[in-house]
Amino acid sequence: MASFIQLMVSGLATGAIYALIAIGFTLLWQTSQTINFAQGEFVMLPAFFVLAAMNMGAPYWLAALIGIALSVVILGVLFKAVIVDPMIRHGVLPLVITTIALSLFLKESVKDFYSSQAQPFPALVAPRDLHFLGAVVSLQSIVVLAVAVATVIGLHLLLNKTRLGRCMQATAQNPTVARILGIPVGRMVLYTFLINGALVAIASLLISPIYLAKFTNGEALGMAAFIAAIIGGFNQVRGAILGGIILGVLDNLSAAYLSSSYRGAFPLVILIAVILFRPQGLLGRVEERAV
Amino acid sequence: MLRTGFLVSLVAASIGLAGTAHAQQKTVYMPAILELSGAGAVSGTNFRDGMLMAIDEINKAGGILGHKIETPVLDTQSDAGTSRAQLQKVLDNNPYVVFGPVFSGSVLVTQLMTMKAEIPEIVGGEAAAITQKNASYVFRTSFGQQFSMPKIANYIHDSIKAKSVAVVWVNNDFGKGGRDNFTKEMKDRGINVAADISTEVGQADFSADVVKLKGANADAVFVYLNEEESARFLKEAKKQGIKAPLIGETTLLGQKVIDLAGGAAEGVQGHVGLTVDAPIKAVQDFAAKFKARYNYVCDHNGIKGYTGVYFVKYVTEKIGKFDGKAFAEKAHGITITPQEEPGILMEAKWDKNGDIDRESFLGEVVDGKQKIVKTLPMLSKK
Repeated sequence: MASFIQLMVSGLATGAIYALIAIGFTLLWQTSQTINFAQGEFVMLPAFFVLAAMNMGAPYWLAALIGIALSVVILGVLFKAVIVDPMIRHGVLPLVITTIALSLFLKESVKDFYSSQAQPFPALVAPRDLHFLGAVVSLQSIVVLAVAVATVIGLHLLLNKTRLGRCMQATAQNPTVARILGIPVGRMVLYTFLINGALVAIASLLISPIYLAKFTNGEALGMAAFIAAIIGGFNQVRGAILGGIILGVLDNLSAAYLSSSYRGAFPLVILIAVILFRPQGLLGRVEERAV
Repeated sequence: MLRTGFLVSLVAASIGLAGTAHAQQKTVYMPAILELSGAGAVSGTNFRDGMLMAIDEINKAGGILGHKIETPVLDTQSDAGTSRAQLQKVLDNNPYVVFGPVFSGSVLVTQLMTMKAEIPEIVGGEAAAITQKNASYVFRTSFGQQFSMPKIANYIHDSIKAKSVAVVWVNNDFGKGGRDNFTKEMKDRGINVAADISTEVGQADFSADVVKLKGANADAVFVYLNEEESARFLKEAKKQGIKAPLIGETTLLGQKVIDLAGGAAEGVQGHVGLTVDAPIKAVQDFAAKFKARYNYVCDHNGIKGYTGVYFVKYVTEKIGKFDGKAFAEKAHGITITPQEEPGILMEAKWDKNGDIDRESFLGEVVDGKQKIVKTLPMLSKK
């Protein structure tokens, strides 16, 4: 039982981070048909913004704020203006290829301009373990889970309980009608890129103390989040959340109780099953777009 | 006046061109194919930096047999297929020797090509299989697993006195080779392998693996992972309160792992084939030079790259020509001492398979530093 609790908490914490990244996938897809294959590198990069700020003498909290701000500007505004807007006119596929190129560029740039070696990254809380029903659960895992859940709740409230959120939803569902209704569609699309910039920065702050900050981190994270988004439903934020949680928990439980050798294969088996039997994802809707 | 000036310029230009041509002739092409990106970037860049430091020293002192070393460095991207393509690229230019790769999986692919081309390959790979494939042109710069694992096994048997052991290994050529040799050595000593846990390259979450480890309740845990995975594993092991001694090979006790793992590396023990903390003045002087030049602490791969170049220099000067075949014949069975070649740092011997033998160490992590507690003699001097 103790082992099961440990595995569940650890899996939920990892899954919650996958969910944050997967939400970014669905948001960008819903509002601008952008499939961002550099999403993993978008999570890797803010950690280095933070480390660079700390190297210049900033305390952690200030460095984290700088990291989030830079992420919003560079991975939100600049990404949209320099990459997405010029490429999306030529269709989804050229944009997909461009984001793959961007992922390589970001990865190699961090390696060349910062370091090829993994860097220790400060945790949000001091390392401390909690004992619960015989299980040892790190406070860090609990905090990661709490911050990720709070972020998702905040996003849910923004999208469903505010006028701005409803305008974004309308833009996602039907941009032409939204424009007729007077909604500034371009600005709404920009907001989703800003939200994605903030989400990847938060995910980066949460996962880098566990993964260590390294230029290759984006490969595994991007793939996991992409699979999570497909499993949950690419056109539903709540689907991305479910997909992330399933992936994180399944990874841990399968490694412990089935086979550690094949742990990488289990998420892919689930992915294949979803594509075969429910192509729109577990919570996705057929041919409907909403954020 | 004008004509005189023109003639002077012409003569000067001719001398300059001749001088340039002369300088171009006096180089020897020794390319390197290394892991500069991907999962092996830390190992590859350390090897490269140690290698380039040795090359600069040798070139400043006049080169090898009067030839400056020319070493372009090509990136394997830590991928065996890319390593093969990069090697083919340099083989087309008829190199004298090739440095790298470091990853065993890449070495296993490239060594057949260098053997066919009769070009010596100075590698950083440690998988036992490398020198068991009759590849007569491959030379190691560190212990193969068939040499390091018996030393660890003796330590676990004689010092830890373990009756059972759990093995955690990374699922690549390096990890699989280490695991196979280690379990064989355990069996030979009558020690039960209570858990055999494979992990993935780049794995971040080790909670499931440590849960399995706890269930095995072994007297000792042998950890054979790459650097970053080692650090993450140690953190998780500490979190879940693993009490059994954590034993490892060179990587687990490296300063990088200690730094990344923080306090979780405290008390880790094991065998260290190469380390900048070795109680040998030449090694410590090398480490200080490396730190001053690159502003980071060299790991064992930096020593491999540095000594590998001096190995080539020594053997070449012995044969007196740039001939790969003659190099391979001379290098098999050669012993180089620091008195004969200071750049070799520690006495080293290469056997008929290209395996290296030198002193090694038992270490322990104390107060965030690797502490060498015992020096083990060369196997050939026992």
